[in-house]
Amino acid sequence: MNAYVGTATSRVDGRAKVTGAAKYAGEFAADLLLHGFVVAATIPRGRIVRLDTSEALKVKGVVDVLTHAHRPPLAEQDEAWKDEVAPEQGSPFRPLYDNSVKFNGQPIALVVAEDWETAKFAATRIRVEYEEEAFATDLESERAKAAKVDQPHKPRGDASAALTRAAVHHEADYVIPSEHHNPMELYATTAVWDGNGKLTVYDKTQGVQNVQKFLCSVFVRKPDEIRVISPYVGGAFGSGLRPQHQVVLATLGALALKRSVRVVLTRHQMYGLGYRPMTIEHVALGANRDGTLEAVMHEAIAVTSRFENFARNDTGWGEQLYKSPNSRLSHKLVHLDVATPCDMRAPGAASGVCALECAMDELAVALKLDPIELRLKCYSDRDQSENLPYTSKQLRACYARGAEAFGWSRRDPAPRSMRDGKDLIGWGMATGVWEALQMPVAVRIVLTANGHAKVSCAASDIGTGTYTIVAQVAADALGLPIENISVKLADSSLPQAPVEGGSWMAASSAHAVLGAAEEIRQELVRHVQAMPASPLSGVDAADIILVDGTVAEAGDRSRAVSIADAMRHGQVERIEKEKLNEFPEDKSHARNTHSAVFAEVKVDEELGVIRVTRVVSAVAAGRILNTKTGRSQIMGSVVWGIGMALHEETVMDHRFGRIMNANIAEYHIPVNADVHHIDVIFVDEPDDRINKMGIKGLGEIGIVGVPAAIANAVYHATGKRIRRFPITLDKLLN
Amino acid sequence: MADTSDQIPERIPIDLVVNGARRTLEIAPWTTLLDALRDRLELTGTKKGCDHGQCGACTVLVDGRRVNSCLTLAIMRDGAEITTIEGLAKDGALHPLQQAFIDHDAFQCGYCTPGQICSAAGLLAEGRARDADEIRELMSGNLCRCGAYPNIVAAIEQAMSRS
Repeated sequence: MNAYVGTATSRVDGRAKVTGAAKYAGEFAADLLLHGFVVAATIPRGRIVRLDTSEALKVKGVVDVLTHAHRPPLAEQDEAWKDEVAPEQGSPFRPLYDNSVKFNGQPIALVVAEDWETAKFAATRIRVEYEEEAFATDLESERAKAAKVDQPHKPRGDASAALTRAAVHHEADYVIPSEHHNPMELYATTAVWDGNGKLTVYDKTQGVQNVQKFLCSVFVRKPDEIRVISPYVGGAFGSGLRPQHQVVLATLGALALKRSVRVVLTRHQMYGLGYRPMTIEHVALGANRDGTLEAVMHEAIAVTSRFENFARNDTGWGEQLYKSPNSRLSHKLVHLDVATPCDMRAPGAASGVCALECAMDELAVALKLDPIELRLKCYSDRDQSENLPYTSKQLRACYARGAEAFGWSRRDPAPRSMRDGKDLIGWGMATGVWEALQMPVAVRIVLTANGHAKVSCAASDIGTGTYTIVAQVAADALGLPIENISVKLADSSLPQAPVEGGSWMAASSAHAVLGAAEEIRQELVRHVQAMPASPLSGVDAADIILVDGTVAEAGDRSRAVSIADAMRHGQVERIEKEKLNEFPEDKSHARNTHSAVFAEVKVDEELGVIRVTRVVSAVAAGRILNTKTGRSQIMGSVVWGIGMALHEETVMDHRFGRIMNANIAEYHIPVNADVHHIDVIFVDEPDDRINKMGIKGLGEIGIVGVPAAIANAVYHATGKRIRRFPITLDKLLN
Repeated sequence: MADTSDQIPERIPIDLVVNGARRTLEIAPWTTLLDALRDRLELTGTKKGCDHGQCGACTVLVDGRRVNSCLTLAIMRDGAEITTIEGLAKDGALHPLQQAFIDHDAFQCGYCTPGQICSAAGLLAEGRARDADEIRELMSGNLCRCGAYPNIVAAIEQAMSRS
């Protein structure tokens, strides 16, 4: 029964969020709460030779100042610091571990005081002397030092030779700057001292169990000594996948002082966390005159820190999108004196596909082909890297539906050919692609005889809508109204879940709910069939469903027993089932989501101001669980794509190795006035192979392709090809 | 070495009328209205997103006008009437803007939402926004990183049409 799945159900946590009742990590109260303020390093590389806390300690209300020289013990082995999503290679950063400075903005001390203002004031009284070392923070000047990392993409054919032979070829560097997530909520942790060495840690994170295991590991605690809770997360977008500095510092403070401690990073300090790494994406395409491809070459050169190898799949997406007999892909890293990058919405793809799709547009221009026609000429029905078919791929329908909704057929292909008064109009398009991943998740359902169910799981809802889809799936599976379902998430003591990321949580949590609900159904069927003169006696258990608060025969719902009666006869007040769902391994098919993105820009010819006046995003992502929250996911991603295309850039002063715009006014993100019409189309994509419900996930696909569609529209409007993002007006006017 | 403890300012008594109730506080002059609400009055519905007046998450109504509470020292508002997100619903019934935000899915993570709603309430009272373009412009002090802007505009239009 699908009374809720597939509908535009409003968020079940909506009321809590619009009334201010929803509590975020830095908002939990505790008796005798102390406040920590972080002191951050002001050099990119070197050693602390003197850290004088005496003046800070004299400030009335300051309780302690923790430093590398004055702190409780921390684990010494790298392995202890590797959380479940840490890069495989490297030595994770350890706050307040020793006197070394590895990046500007690194936390070096925590001032703990009775109130926040005092801690902040006292932090200005800390005196630090450094021994500075030579450093490098500029990817472009260090490009020659790039070292190749192992990635699974094997070369096919001889791409270099094919490129040389190709009738038409296009080759260019596309530069994507580093970007910071800037979730609206500041990174915060309230570590509540429960006594006897036990802590309840309210943390801003995308994975409470990841943080819980990490804290137990670095502070050498037993699993029952630390509990991590994160009921609401004010945005994260990947920045909360790994445990962040403030959770280590708040825990350190609570353990040192045996009191509850809250640490909230400032917006400025959040620029010492992870970020989307700057990349230089080199793309070379060789084609025949008819638009079929002969060669695809893509090399990404990315920033990472000196101490960890962070690398994502920037270059593999052409293997899935465009048929070519020859391809060569490589990913290189340059180690710099900066914080380690981290996942940021569609990591790898957002940057790599941006370059690939701009290059495809340039190739279409060179071939005098419509950009959609070019993409259809080399459309790939197989993932060429493994030579696998897809579980489903309705990308052709995305092109068709998107083009129709956008009005693409009315496009004059010549640049500078369309105008609206003093504005040049540009229409551009691009393809998006992302993975459809799924992970083991366990869910517990407690059904009570009054027809109410409590569903619980350690998974997070970072604004993605997990609370709502879990409630929808549970309501349908249990045959109950959604008002009767209460969902509890993001407590490390709840059933197992991985971090919320990679767009895998919708499919993973939904199937875990189905699994637990099926066990509930089976028990109810046993109770009903054991009843004397049961209306369902003799009915095959497989033909019995839960619907409208009853246990009923699927084909004849008049043969039914209410859940209350079934439980009374079974002499149970509650049925509790916990089930871990694991997806069978199936390496026979590739699993991806796809999109076609169409953008209209208007460019003021005199001032160079660019406005994105319309975006149509046609998405094929399997079954959409909730058309309302799903549309919002894509819409929000499109806004991210606008930011990536036109606004976002973390600017480093390489003379000092310091970020110059470490705030949310000079790091530009789109504001309301930057965003106009966004049309989201979900293309039907039935998929009974990927998983039972045909779910693929929506968190990331919406951003991929958007920056390229806008860049291509800017070219169409102006005739200028800007390959260094973001496309700001100074670049257009030059 | 100078004793710096005297640099901690003395607390001063002030009165605020918060969501209709008079609250008396002993507060240091350096405490912002935002921190007074969140840390002293435990009204954590008002959010801190930047502490520099850059994001709008801390927007509250002071004597009916929308202000960034992070740029306002609490002692500057002695005697003022403050309305926070917690004060918008009356007798359990949501404010039309709150309902419109739910109806139009005008938020995802929810962190900017109290500021957006308070700002929108201030905007409606100003009577300056007549169409979607003006709403977009006059709501641009409230950042939403989830990118719910089109839904925020739709929600405000709904509330405008019904007020």
